[in-house]
Amino acid sequence: MSETKQISENAVEVRNVFKNYGDVEALRDLTLQFPKGQLTSLLGPSGCGKTTLLKIIAGLIPATSGEVLVNGKPVTGPGPDRAFVFQDFALLPWATVLRNVAFGLELRGVPKPQREEIAVKYIKDVGLSGFEQSYPHELSGGMRQRVGLARALSVDAQVLLMDEPFSAVDEQTRRKFQEDLLSLVQNENKTFLFVTHSIEEAVYVSDQIAILLPRPSRVSEIIRPTGFRNKDKDSIRRDAEYLDIVDKIWASLRTYVE
Amino acid sequence: MKLFGYELPQMSSLILWGLLWEIVGRLEVTFFIPALSDIFVTLLEISTTKVFLTALSETGYAFLLGTVSAIVIGIPLGILMGKNRLVDELLLPWVNIFLSAPLTALVPVLMVLFGFGLQAIVITTALFAIWIIVLNARAGVMQINRSLVEMAHSFGATPKDAFFKIYFWAALPEILGGVRIGFIRAVKGVIIGQLLISIVGFGALFELYSSNFLMKHFWAVLIVLFSLAFILAEILAYLEKRVSYYASRRAA
Amino acid sequence: MLSRSNLLKLLSAFFVFGAWEVAGRIPVSFAFPTFLESMTALSILIWDGTLFTAYGETLRPLVVGILISGFLGIGIGLFIGLNRKLDWLVSPIFVVMQTAPLAALIPLLVMAYGIGLTSKVFVVCIMAMPVIALNTGGAVRNTPASIKEMGLSFLGTRSDIVLKIVLPAASPVIFAGLRLGISAGFIGAILAELKITPTGVGDIITYSRSIADYPSMYAAIFSIIVLAVVFLNLLEKLERILFGGLNRGYASE
Repeated sequence: MSETKQISENAVEVRNVFKNYGDVEALRDLTLQFPKGQLTSLLGPSGCGKTTLLKIIAGLIPATSGEVLVNGKPVTGPGPDRAFVFQDFALLPWATVLRNVAFGLELRGVPKPQREEIAVKYIKDVGLSGFEQSYPHELSGGMRQRVGLARALSVDAQVLLMDEPFSAVDEQTRRKFQEDLLSLVQNENKTFLFVTHSIEEAVYVSDQIAILLPRPSRVSEIIRPTGFRNKDKDSIRRDAEYLDIVDKIWASLRTYVE
Repeated sequence: MKLFGYELPQMSSLILWGLLWEIVGRLEVTFFIPALSDIFVTLLEISTTKVFLTALSETGYAFLLGTVSAIVIGIPLGILMGKNRLVDELLLPWVNIFLSAPLTALVPVLMVLFGFGLQAIVITTALFAIWIIVLNARAGVMQINRSLVEMAHSFGATPKDAFFKIYFWAALPEILGGVRIGFIRAVKGVIIGQLLISIVGFGALFELYSSNFLMKHFWAVLIVLFSLAFILAEILAYLEKRVSYYASRRAA
Repeated sequence: MLSRSNLLKLLSAFFVFGAWEVAGRIPVSFAFPTFLESMTALSILIWDGTLFTAYGETLRPLVVGILISGFLGIGIGLFIGLNRKLDWLVSPIFVVMQTAPLAALIPLLVMAYGIGLTSKVFVVCIMAMPVIALNTGGAVRNTPASIKEMGLSFLGTRSDIVLKIVLPAASPVIFAGLRLGISAGFIGAILAELKITPTGVGDIITYSRSIADYPSMYAAIFSIIVLAVVFLNLLEKLERILFGGLNRGYASE
């Protein structure tokens, strides 16, 4: 099955992207493919430019040179084909959960009854039914990120860009999120780009892991776990291949830890 | 802002406004705005006159006395309020009232009680400055990181040690913030006091210049006052920034 | 049953007014009436309607001045916050105005605009506007980057982002800045009445001082301080009701 997935086309292609901030070279000649329908992690130590790369793909910041293709079309700015999930959730504190989830659709000009109907469905999908009229400050960190996720899902974009989405939630919630993310990748026919600095998390959720090394950033390695992807969620963490990959990645990253 | 790739300093646009002022003055648009260069010439002339120097020293004296008393009374009071709940509950309502009250209205009372002289101005200045100093010192003490205090106790610090080595330093950023705003308020207080009690300091000078329509003189004095106030505020902001690095980290 | 904090507030008020009464009875100065004398004078001023007529006059420049500085200050603040060039050009003027003792401009305003309403409105404006404009500018500039990025990434237009994200995010601090502006405006309005021409409450203060009717003078001053404090506290309460859950950042003087 993974064979057929790999020969399928790429949802996102990054070609020879450079990014400079003044004299500082943040990304150098970065080329990377993100296969359709799969989850690709960008993993690396802090300061390796993984968030920069994600924001370039999102069209939030321009690349200095090189190009990014989403479904074959070059990126010039944010588009309806991509939705972003933010590290700090980026919820509107003055708006209810319902309005927050519907906000992406609101900006696209979807009339209120329709967008709220869609929002209610996704609020239910992420398990927040009953909290439609709550405000973000009344929710826990984990619940807030569910709101952020529901907002991204509700605009029905083909590509979901997730910037360390679970880094601000506690460890137990994080594990639950990771399991839910696996089901999401399986059930939704979407492409996920996932930035993380947790090795275990990357190996646990990814079809493909791109390891980025800093100063200047480049892709040092691409790893495709194959053996345990179709296994039961609970047994992955005890799988020999899983443990091997975690060890291998740690071995290559440890020299970059200050 | 950037110009030709060069970052312009923050307050540099004031030069542009100064030029505009000069042009408006040269065109003689209105009697009330003489050319900036003329004002500076006048400034040089009057800066050595006795009336000006007296006004400056009287103002400086009132300001210094007022702010020093506000600090000497305000900081210990604030720390006391931060540490003692009963004192805090008794005094906080009053501090809040006087913080937002239009203290200008009290100047006539001070005038009849303390005479039309420096004393009333010193008290006006102190009254303008003290409340925010009290409130910030209180806030500083109240939000001291508990684990810092516990750390001191666990290492066997005496109360005196704890006060001078922990409380004071931990509250310093807030205290300095209060002193800075207190000083800015005091500048306004000292001028308001002098305007209303218009026989001392710059108050007298304003009367003199405005009743004789000496616009250049008037503006020259204003520029001196505004620049002194601004420089004072900047120096205090700089000092505050030097200690606020740990305040901002704590607030996070 | 009174709560502890309210009981202490009452006790504290009792102490202070009691001390005022005692000091007035000693007396500490011929110009220091007792608390009860002052309150009697206040009730007379209220009873014969003098105080209401006076406030009608005092509040006019304040209201007009605050309306003008509110509209202009928030408007200018928005532009400052949204546009770096304007920020560079305009902010320094307000920064200087905020630290400067602007009261010193009053003699000049009187020369230029006479002793009427215009001058008084001007005084209120120069006192109130800088703090309103600078807080608005700061609040707009400090909108969290991530919610602006969120708006962009979900395809918000520039006006969407300003109207639906930046403005609501900034409104608590804008409102607080407005409150500080009103507080400064009170100072301006009273200063104008004491310095330019005695009208309204300023007239009561000045006149009763000149005939040595100190209880009335204290009563008038007491009333304006109470009025300002009560009004500003109500605004603060309103602020908490309106923006309770999202107090980010503080307005600064």
